[in-house]
Amino acid sequence: MDDQDRTPLKRTPLFALHDRHGGKMVPFAGYDMPVQYGSGVLKEHLHTRSEAGLFDVSHMGQLYLHGEGVAAALETLVPGEIHGLAPGRMRYTQFTNDSGGILDDLMVTKSGDSLFLVINAACKEADIAHMQENLPQHIGMEILDDAALIALQGPAAAVVLERFAPGVAAMKFMSSAAMTVNGVECIVSRCGYTGEDGYEISVEVRDAPSLAEALLAAPEVMPVGLGARDSLRLEAGLCLYGHDLDTTTTPVEADLLWSISKRRRQDGGFPGDAIIQQQIAEGTTRKRIGLLPEGRAPAREGTEIVDREGKQIGVVTSGGFGPSVGGPISMGYVTGDSAAVGTAVSLMVRGKALPAQVASTPFVPQRYYRG
Amino acid sequence: MSDIRYTEDHEWVRIDGDTATVGITDYAQEQLGDIVFIDLPEIGAALAQGDDAAVVESVKAASDIYAPITGEIEEVNDTLEGEPGRINEDAEGEGWFFRLSVSDTAELDNLMDEEAYQAFVKKL
Repeated sequence: MDDQDRTPLKRTPLFALHDRHGGKMVPFAGYDMPVQYGSGVLKEHLHTRSEAGLFDVSHMGQLYLHGEGVAAALETLVPGEIHGLAPGRMRYTQFTNDSGGILDDLMVTKSGDSLFLVINAACKEADIAHMQENLPQHIGMEILDDAALIALQGPAAAVVLERFAPGVAAMKFMSSAAMTVNGVECIVSRCGYTGEDGYEISVEVRDAPSLAEALLAAPEVMPVGLGARDSLRLEAGLCLYGHDLDTTTTPVEADLLWSISKRRRQDGGFPGDAIIQQQIAEGTTRKRIGLLPEGRAPAREGTEIVDREGKQIGVVTSGGFGPSVGGPISMGYVTGDSAAVGTAVSLMVRGKALPAQVASTPFVPQRYYRG
Repeated sequence: MSDIRYTEDHEWVRIDGDTATVGITDYAQEQLGDIVFIDLPEIGAALAQGDDAAVVESVKAASDIYAPITGEIEEVNDTLEGEPGRINEDAEGEGWFFRLSVSDTAELDNLMDEEAYQAFVKKL
């Protein structure tokens, strides 16, 4: 936070648009970003679940890796199955460190002979340095400093985007293609961070404002800020780096084992592989879980989780109010023997022990497009 | 005759006889954003000016609400527990939090009147 006070905040190519639409700007990962617009977090959240929301996620890092054996090269830094990615398909994975901890989480798309990566804003400089240091010399990196990233999320996203880019409605979930949207060249990926169907559109900076305005002019679409982006992803059970994931949590502890293929579990070959393989075989001492408080009080990040005898068993890493759930929801880490769904725990909120249950995530059904 | 005063923490307090009604200002609800939870004090609680009295949580964060005047809680607006959004809709009316029975209204002298509060908010 300190360096944010000293360094001027960066602006995304959609800064003027945020202002025009009444965005309430806050510092986030070094950028001046809209936390909400005039309608507020609740309405923006619910609108995304019922129709469609447009999010500026241009602060995230976008880059290409290319060169012979690029998939095998990236696999030395991530536990995800990159080699097996079919052209135009994408995957979620993590950069791990030598103790199996997570340096960042990212999306990797196979695009021709290259890989297209989307990384977190707060981690992008460190990720780029990490790759430059550890990937073979012949692997080239092209950082897309001149590209914005616009997310269109919600059940109406496909019907809206189809008007601007015929064919997108038929795209598979977790696939990506270069195509013309509203007359400009874009990379369209069917993915997102809300639990809904939707797209992320990578577009050149100069074309980004007009594309965003064109999408916002659709009656189904409302601009949505970071506040609702956070409550949407929390309801969808998705992790936020720096909160639910960090260098001290492994993908196994974080319940992200689904993102590591059988081959990679067996063969390893990524930083921290021995530790991660041992955790797969023997289990972990703590695990990421969902939590449903019984009352109305939200239990936010940092809240102590205690067992019903009052002994601390973990901590909340994300928590707040779930507008679609209609009540408080949290996620956090607890010791392995308290991680079963239905386990009764208490959350220490303002000195009071509030009863809660370990719950399965997502808190709302995921509604990804399944064709 | 009623007199409304404001604190620097954005509570308002209205005196009617020996009862003080307390809530948060429209400016405060606007800053907080959508309010999703309120923790109101117990009836009968004796509070001194500046004591923690209630907690409101918006989609963004939790905020403490302080007693703007010394008194004893005689009524709370418990409809807010089921409909905390009322605070956003009408912070300075139907969204009142609690009523205190007060004996010493001299404490109000160190609070702002409406004009002073509006000037205070403008500088924020």
